[in-house]
Amino acid sequence: MRAFLAALALSVAAQVAHAADMPAGASSCSGCHAESAQAQSPVPPLAGRDPAKLVAAMRAFRSGERPATVMDRIAKGYSDEETAAIAAWFGAQARR
Amino acid sequence: MQRREFIGGASAALALSRTAIAQTAAKIVVVGGGFAGATAARFLRRANPSLDVTLVEPNASFVACPFSNEVLVGLRDLDAQRFGYDAVRADGVAVATQAATAIDASLRRVTLADGTVLPYDRLVLAPGIDIAWNALPGYDEAASQRMPHAWKAGEQTLLLRRQLEAMKDGGLVVISAPANPFRCPPGPYERASLIAWYLKTKKPRSKLIVLDAKDQFSKQRLFTAAWKDLYPGLLEWVPLSQGGKVNSVDPAANTLVTDFATHKADVANVIPPQRAGRIAEIAGVSDRTGWCPVDPVTFESRLQPNIHVIGDAAIMGAMPKSAFAANAQAKICAAAIATLLRGATPAEAKPINTCYSLVAPDYGISIAGVYRVVGGQLTDVEGAGGISPADAPPQTRALEATYAEAWFRTITGEVFL
Ligand SMILES: Cc1cc2nc3c(=O)[nH]c(=O)nc-3n(C[C@H](O)[C@H](O)[C@H](O)COP(=O)(O)OP(=O)(O)OC[C@H]3O[C@@H](n4cnc5c(N)ncnc54)[C@H](O)[C@@H]3O)c2cc1C
Ligand code: HEC
Repeated sequence: MRAFLAALALSVAAQVAHAADMPAGASSCSGCHAESAQAQSPVPPLAGRDPAKLVAAMRAFRSGERPATVMDRIAKGYSDEETAAIAAWFGAQARR
Repeated sequence: MQRREFIGGASAALALSRTAIAQTAAKIVVVGGGFAGATAARFLRRANPSLDVTLVEPNASFVACPFSNEVLVGLRDLDAQRFGYDAVRADGVAVATQAATAIDASLRRVTLADGTVLPYDRLVLAPGIDIAWNALPGYDEAASQRMPHAWKAGEQTLLLRRQLEAMKDGGLVVISAPANPFRCPPGPYERASLIAWYLKTKKPRSKLIVLDAKDQFSKQRLFTAAWKDLYPGLLEWVPLSQGGKVNSVDPAANTLVTDFATHKADVANVIPPQRAGRIAEIAGVSDRTGWCPVDPVTFESRLQPNIHVIGDAAIMGAMPKSAFAANAQAKICAAAIATLLRGATPAEAKPINTCYSLVAPDYGISIAGVYRVVGGQLTDVEGAGGISPADAPPQTRALEATYAEAWFRTITGEVFL
């Protein structure tokens, strides 16, 4: 399942061209996950991160395996496919 | 005829390059430089750096409402709420420090207070709220000098703060909370919590009454449990069904009148009924409710083409009126406009909202929602979102208070820095 999601993430990454084509949900994440790594925040940045790890984290939040204050409630809003697309998009962003 | 033949070749070439310019350098005007408008202006430039984007905002700096309840009780300075537009300018946005006074939707142009006329291909309206003066009898602009609303941050916040500081120990503070919908659904209850914290710490013989025009409110279970724990006997909430609705106020006497009682306050905070900023009505994008119905994919008005409405002024279903939502909607709207301008169809988004509230300085709680388009409205995704757990230990509440502040730094960074 993990391998499948990682592959899906990669294929989606190839399609992302315009900034306007952000996958559903992705634009809301930066409300808490600052785009700039310099931002003073305990919430880690997502840009440039390994998509497979982001997908795994989201799955663990969704199942409750990984404790969270808020990500459990947010991760439950996205399917595996949607999560993979979001992860691929962040993976393709340059760290700032 | 002769002249046309003479310049035929050149003008054809000119016409061609004009269309090319019209396609790439479309003119977008954004009215309102708050959480929604400033975000939209920056993300439009990001989505397509050739767009000609003008942000219209009368104030040289913006004063943010989130965390202004902390300012009220001395936990924070108002200066920490203030943001300028230098970074917005640096992104290539032209900033007009003017109010928009007229909008002609058929000619597609905006008139500013100084008479400047700005033509647009697409207009984004993000004017936030206006107070519906006199919707609560007795509460007009003059009354707000005696009974501050403090629902737009700035002088009003400082006025209410001074009144709280000047009140004697043993005084009575009364908050009047409005019916839905209004800006920041958990806001009145966060405010009640922090004022109760202030009274408990500084003026412990005082009392706080919340008179509410509703029977239910955001994060109610968490707020009421925390109030019982932290502020017993100090904070009393009176719901609609027990006569909580304020029918009129009298600023001269500082009284609030319900069906059952006349409350004479030492400090009265009236959070009045609200509607979309006045310019929305002028543009013809607000309806009988006072708010602006929009398409949930593009945020284009249901009433006027080529005008998009985002933030507190807009209604599109379950998303509440918050700075988080305003910022999220702005990013989606900016991407949708860039997509529309290149002749493509914007995809449906699935935005998030999260509102943190502080019940005490080290006690944070949150409500989150994920939304999807169903039947032309943004609707809660079932099984997602909800409020912080009822049984969380103090460490979790403290952690959420930390995340609340981090959220404010992150969001204001994205919008203004
Ligand atoms: C006490 C309080 C606490 C809050 N706490 C939170 C919180 O913790 N989290 C959260 O997410 N939200 C919170 N909010 C809600 C948040 O402040 C609003 O939802 C948010 O500001 C909405 O953004 P907006 O861009 O729609 O409106 P605003 O931020 O109000 O911006 C509107 C802008 O438009 C400008 N404008 C208006 N008319 C014109 C015109 N004719 N021409 C040009 N410009 C114009 C105004 O000057 C203003 O700058 C709180 C609100 C209050 C009152
Ligand atoms: C309301 C704020 C908020 C929003 C919105 C938000 N996050 Fe988070 N995120 C957090 C917090 C806080 C944590 C730490 C875990 C916790 O307490 O929930 C976190 C942790 C994470 C982690 C783990 C990071 C790591 O390095 O361990 C991932 C992955 C993540 N979020 C992805 C997302 C994605 C994807 C979105 C958008 C769909 C998103 N988040 C939206 C606040 C948010």
